[in-house]
Amino acid sequence: MPNLNDIMIMLPEFYLVAAACLLLLLDAWMKPEQRNILHWVSILVLVVGIYLVVAGQPQVTVTAFGGMFVRDATAEILKVFILLCTALIFVFSRPYMQDRKLFQGEFYTLMIFATIGAMLLVSAGNLVMVYLGLELMTLCSYGLVALNRDSQLSSEAAIKYFVLGALSSGMLLYGMSMVYGATGTLALVQLHGAVAQAGMSNLMVFGLIFMIVGISFKLGVAPFHMWIPDVYQGAPTSVTIFVGSTSKLAAFGMAYRLLESGMGGMAHQWQMMLAVLAVVSLAIGNLVAIVQTNLKRLLAYSTISHMGYLLLGLVNAGPEGYASAMFYAISYALMSTAAFGVILALARAGFECEEIDDFKGLNQRSPWMAFLMMLAMFSLAGVPPMFGFFAKLLVLQAAIHAGMMWLALVGAVFAIIGLYYYLRVVKVMYFDKPAEGLEIRPQADGFLRTMLSLNALVLLALGLYWGPLLGWCRAAFAG
Amino acid sequence: MQLSTTILLIIALAPLAGCLLAGFLGKQIGRAGAHSVTILGLLISCALSFYVLYQITAGGAPSYNQDIYTWFEIGRLHVSVGFMVDRLTAMMMVVVTFVSLLVHVYTIGYMADDPGYQRFFSYISLFTFAMLMLVMSNNFMQLFFGWEGVGLVSYLLIGFWYKRPTAIFANLKAFLVNRVGDFGFLLGIAAVLYFLGTLDYATAFAGAPSLIGKSLALTANTHWDAATVICVLLFIGAMGKSAQVPLHVWLPDSMEGPTPISALIHAATMVTAGIFMVARMSPFFELSEGALSFVMIIGATGALFTGLIGIVQNDIKRVVAYSTLSQLGYMTVALGVSAYAGAVFHLMTHAFFKALLFLGAGSVIIAMHHEQDMRYMGGLRKYMPITWITMWIGSLALVAIPFTSGFYSKDAIIEAVGESHRWGSGYAYVCVLAGAFVTALYTFRQMYLTFHGKERFVVVGHGHGHDTHAIHHEVHDHGAHDAHGDDHHAHTDDPHHGHKPGELEHAPHESPWVVTLPLILLAIPSLLVGFFTIGPMLFGNWFGQAIHVEEANNVLGELGREFHGAAAMGLHGLLSWPFALVALAFVITTYIYLFNPAMAGRIKSALKPLWTVLDRKYWVDDVYFAVFARGGVKLGRLFWKAGDAAVIDGVLVNGSAGLVQRIAAGVRRLQSGYLYHYAFAMILGLILLLGGFWVFGSGQIGQ
Repeated sequence: MPNLNDIMIMLPEFYLVAAACLLLLLDAWMKPEQRNILHWVSILVLVVGIYLVVAGQPQVTVTAFGGMFVRDATAEILKVFILLCTALIFVFSRPYMQDRKLFQGEFYTLMIFATIGAMLLVSAGNLVMVYLGLELMTLCSYGLVALNRDSQLSSEAAIKYFVLGALSSGMLLYGMSMVYGATGTLALVQLHGAVAQAGMSNLMVFGLIFMIVGISFKLGVAPFHMWIPDVYQGAPTSVTIFVGSTSKLAAFGMAYRLLESGMGGMAHQWQMMLAVLAVVSLAIGNLVAIVQTNLKRLLAYSTISHMGYLLLGLVNAGPEGYASAMFYAISYALMSTAAFGVILALARAGFECEEIDDFKGLNQRSPWMAFLMMLAMFSLAGVPPMFGFFAKLLVLQAAIHAGMMWLALVGAVFAIIGLYYYLRVVKVMYFDKPAEGLEIRPQADGFLRTMLSLNALVLLALGLYWGPLLGWCRAAFAG
Repeated sequence: MQLSTTILLIIALAPLAGCLLAGFLGKQIGRAGAHSVTILGLLISCALSFYVLYQITAGGAPSYNQDIYTWFEIGRLHVSVGFMVDRLTAMMMVVVTFVSLLVHVYTIGYMADDPGYQRFFSYISLFTFAMLMLVMSNNFMQLFFGWEGVGLVSYLLIGFWYKRPTAIFANLKAFLVNRVGDFGFLLGIAAVLYFLGTLDYATAFAGAPSLIGKSLALTANTHWDAATVICVLLFIGAMGKSAQVPLHVWLPDSMEGPTPISALIHAATMVTAGIFMVARMSPFFELSEGALSFVMIIGATGALFTGLIGIVQNDIKRVVAYSTLSQLGYMTVALGVSAYAGAVFHLMTHAFFKALLFLGAGSVIIAMHHEQDMRYMGGLRKYMPITWITMWIGSLALVAIPFTSGFYSKDAIIEAVGESHRWGSGYAYVCVLAGAFVTALYTFRQMYLTFHGKERFVVVGHGHGHDTHAIHHEVHDHGAHDAHGDDHHAHTDDPHHGHKPGELEHAPHESPWVVTLPLILLAIPSLLVGFFTIGPMLFGNWFGQAIHVEEANNVLGELGREFHGAAAMGLHGLLSWPFALVALAFVITTYIYLFNPAMAGRIKSALKPLWTVLDRKYWVDDVYFAVFARGGVKLGRLFWKAGDAAVIDGVLVNGSAGLVQRIAAGVRRLQSGYLYHYAFAMILGLILLLGGFWVFGSGQIGQ
């Protein structure tokens, strides 16, 4: 029977479920013109969620419901950033959603439920919890992608996402069932022990491979990346930003739980597989991004390459590697909110501002927005002294320490190739003449502008002062 | 009493705060707001710098050396931000913030009509921040940051009037020449890291003796002494920044920037960064006799030969610019004979009197409505008495008349060179002695042409008679500032406001108090600071551990034995060679420019070949332009045709870009949009993973 202690450990999640239900009710009784209240309440709900996560932080790792749910430092840090990213998305999205008549309660409740799914996923202590958290998050995402149901692109993207997502879920479940068959347990702790004790069998390795396919799909690692460009482009930008930030943090959490907490004893097997997947992702992501003309699609391929870098950290399979991968996931999430945030801030009714040509001469029309976008692009490209530079440096270092110098070299080479398409955006903004008849005015929402500026400036600030964040990441995996 | 980290941080960051406010909120806070916040920042910084100097001199505070923030550590490379404040630093901080503060105040008057007012204040505050980071640094990385920071602001300010093609040219020139220097500097820092494994000053200096005997093996048979390599490379950096021959060509052109920054950056502070750096690195330089000889010869050459060019210049600012080159040469000579304290002492006095001369020249330029040609001046002393008197004070200090500050610092350098036995010191002694004569020639010439003799300009109103002139003046001063501002900008290509040279709209008049006050405040130290500080600074071991001199090289110690107080030194100076040369120059220039003006032209035509050499500046610019610029373009074109177009573009870029494009296009085709293709790719990936495992991994199973 669940006792009070279990509930206290899961308090942030319980609280969010309750809050999401209340928001649903609130929305049902609210006039459309009062929906702004819903917006602010949702943001408040998330901020309180962050408070609950931080305030209830346990001294040591604790588990609830018989080990189903784990609350440790890794989960805490990821949850803080998951909630923070979702809150930022709410702030950035309002004018965009209003302009497109999508400013509905569903957006907020689905987002919050997806966020809860992400939080459960990163706290999972059991294969079943991993699956449940993942499904809660992705099912909400399918709905969110299809939110703009009159748009053909949006619906197409949602269908593709759904079918491929179902396929990958099936593979993940299949893998889990094989592992269960080999070890007779679903709890990650016992699984870890069983792997260490019994050694591995072919059945275990097959299970592992199917699970890696599931993880790769969530992260968007090539060749399981095919959904990413279509979904990024087709989904409303305010949903794309969610798929690009919050759900990537969750996917990292899932990879860590399955690969280290569960299958840590087979690191030797999955290290090499991840290394190969990393190279394929780096290559496909960086090369195909070069020929893109749509910024959202470009950022989609950029995600694929970034997930390749994240794998470089995981390949290390040690505390240093996990710390650098988590640092990378956090940096990528914040960079992606900043980059998509600028797109959101520049879009208007009937104008998505998602073609690279739309950014021509942005500096002359809105120098501050151009500057923020430049920060985001520099950080994504890994130009020192930005946040992204140190994130890349750390994962490369982790790969080297894992004895995979060749992998680090591949990463460095593709970082240089990647520089090209990021800098092209900067060049277009600063050196090209604005297209005729195209008027760009950033949204006037003052709070949005402030938060967006802060988001982008943090990319610079964390590049100059990244000690504490890395310290937390290291501490999370030190024990 | 310990120096407080907070105070040091405030000193460095107050100008930065002013810069950010004036730069980003310039429109919101307006002109008055911009100059108020930046001046307030500087005032805080300056006052606290004086307090730090007081603490460290009179309060007995020990030197401060601490890392404040570690940015990152990779292997041996430890990059941090930290401060090292000893007496050398404290003195530099006071000089930098004091001159900068006065220049800020002066700028209110000088830039009153400029549309880029806030931008200008933001830049000079940023400069002060970067300069403070440079002098307060406790490691090479931060030194480099400050070094590039001051360089950046310098380029920005040389090209401040970015619509003038000459300013853009000068800007580019300064940038390119400094690249050469900075390249050496960066290699020098790398050499320090290579040999000593640290970038921290204290550790590196402590490890300096271990350099003896080490060498850099370039090929099997060439071994370069480690200390010499480090010192020469670092000094190449100093040559760029401190405009030493042959990297001096950018400094005269930098006069295209507004006058306040000529005073602050290109005379008083930034260009002396190289001098400061070498003094700071004295533990390294003391290890290499060869490097010091090199430093001395470069400095001596600059001291004499750039001064000579000053004699034939007609632009008032350019005369002062060449004078700066020459004085920087003096400081470098002092470094070269191991008289580091002498160099830094001259740096300090020079900062005061040269800033004064530049600001005075600026005041004249305001009065002449941005006419800078001395041939159209003359007789200005009765229009602007304060500028006249203060500039004379600066000039007397510059030519080293006994009892002025300049005398103490420069005479000490000349004496020290005389004492030195280093290889090449004979040549250096001749250069610095002759340099004293040359300095007096161009300085007195400049003063006479500007302030004395007949007026060589005429006052013509806009169709007004001379009697309505006063009214016009009134209107102009009060009502028409905005219009004037636009006017000024529109005519920046043509400094004469549409008039012929030598024609003024209205009579010159004394500048407002914001301009004259800094002149007066700078005139005081120009006269007095040397008298009071020479004893302790040069001969009293005031710098303590900050400057390291080997006993065998200690020329100042030698001099100190004959030093019996500043007054005695001044009296003795009246009978010395340098003073006799100055007196001779005074007689010559007075005769030519006051009593027989026609003679200047006659001398010029009599010495036509010599005059041409000087007027063409020894053709150094022309050679650089022909060889490096034009040659560079030619070489570039060759590479472009042979290398780039054929090999790189054809094979590598177009080839690899083509390959990339083809791959990209191929992969893109895979991204067909069909769901079953996507699913197929996933299945394929799965099969590859399984198959890969089957082929490579199955051997491990069951072991």
